[in-house]
Amino acid sequence: MAKIVAICATTHHPFYYKTSKMSEDEAPPFAKEWIEKVTRYRETLTKAEPDVLVMIGSDHFHQLWLNSMPQFLVGNAPFYDANYYNEEREFGLPQLLLRGDVELANFILEKGLEVGFDLAFSNELRVDHSITCPIFTIRPEADLPIVPIYTNIFAPPLPQPKRFVELGKTIRTIVEEWPSEKRVAIIGTGHLSLELGGPRQFGPHGPDPDFDSKAVDWISNGKIDEALAEVSLESLHAPGNATHGFMDFMLMMGVAQGQVADYADTLDLFHTMEAYFTWYPKGE
Amino acid sequence: MSKYYVNKFLFTIDRDPALVERYRDDPKGTVAWWLEEEGPRNLGVAGFERTTWLSLEEDEREALEKHDKVALFAMGAHPFLTLTLWIAMFERDFTEPLGMQLDYAAALADFQLPYPDITT
Repeated sequence: MAKIVAICATTHHPFYYKTSKMSEDEAPPFAKEWIEKVTRYRETLTKAEPDVLVMIGSDHFHQLWLNSMPQFLVGNAPFYDANYYNEEREFGLPQLLLRGDVELANFILEKGLEVGFDLAFSNELRVDHSITCPIFTIRPEADLPIVPIYTNIFAPPLPQPKRFVELGKTIRTIVEEWPSEKRVAIIGTGHLSLELGGPRQFGPHGPDPDFDSKAVDWISNGKIDEALAEVSLESLHAPGNATHGFMDFMLMMGVAQGQVADYADTLDLFHTMEAYFTWYPKGE
Repeated sequence: MSKYYVNKFLFTIDRDPALVERYRDDPKGTVAWWLEEEGPRNLGVAGFERTTWLSLEEDEREALEKHDKVALFAMGAHPFLTLTLWIAMFERDFTEPLGMQLDYAAALADFQLPYPDITT
C-alpha cells in the first residue's frame, strides 16, 4: 500500500515568489526572515522523500466559474498547465507545466464516490496559485506528479466546515488504501484571517490576530473538535471576508487526524499571518 | 438585482488584457459593448448559444460605468473580482507600494459587519 510520508498545511501568499527573487537592495525588510522560514519549511517535505503530491487548494475564479461551480473537485489529467495571465500580472508568478498522477487521481475519485463524497472531476484543469504557491515554496523543482483537489471556499453557498474535515479524513484513508509502493505527501493551502476587497484589507497585520492565534493553536495541536465547535460559515465572516479559506486548513487537520503537528511555524506579515505546519504520520 | 451578471462583467474583463485597458480608458463604452456582445455569451457552450434573459439593473450598470467600487461592494459584487480588476487598472496610478489597495480600503471604511451578502 502507498505510504503517506508527510502532511503539509500552509498559507499561500502569492507575493512570496516575487519577494524571494528580489535583490538585497530592492527586497523589503521582512524578506530575509520570510525566506529563511520557508527554506526551513521546505526541508520538512524534502526529507520525507515523496514521489507524488496530493495538493489541496481552491480556484480563484480562474477556470471554475459561477455558471457551474463544483464544491469539491479532483483533477484527473496527465498534465496541468499552471498559473494565469492575471497572476503573472499581479504577483509575477510564472506559468508552469506540472505532471499529473492519473492513477492516484482516479483512485481517489472512485473511492471517494464509493464512500459518499460526490466529487466532481476535471480532465483539463489549469491550476492557479493556490496550487503553485506551495510548489514555489516547498517543491520549487516542480518535478513531482500531482493530484490537485479543489475546494470551494470562494463562491457561496459553500460546504459546511465539518465536510472539509470529513473530506480530509477520507482523503487520508483512501491514499493509505492505494495499492502502490509510492510515497505520497498531502499538501494543502488555506488562509488564516484574511480580507480582500474590503475595508480591512492590507493592514500591517492580518485583520484578526486573535483569530490567527486561536487557529494556529487548533492546527498545531490537532484540536479538530474545538475548531468545529467554534467555526461556522457565519462565524468566518468576522475575522475577515476571505477567511473561509481557513476551511482548507480544517481539511488538512482532518488529513492529520487530530495528530499534534511535528513542525509548526508562523510569520506575522503585512496583510496576513503566514503559517507552516507539517505532520509525519506515526511510524515515519 | 443581478449580482451574477455584475460578477460576470468583472470576471470576463479581468481575464482579458485588452479588455482591462479598454474598461480603464472607456468604462461607459465598454459596458455598452459588453452588454451587447460579451455578456450574453454563456461561457462553456458554443458562442452562438446566447443567453437570452440576463440583464443589469440600472444602478448596477451605473456602478460599472462609473468605476464605483464602493457601490459594487454595497451591491454584493464579489470583492475578490472587483479588487483584482482594480489592481490591474489603477495600481499604476499610485507611487507608494500598496497605495491603491490602502486607498481602496479607506473608501470602504464605513462598511460594518455584516458586509453585503455576496451569495449568488
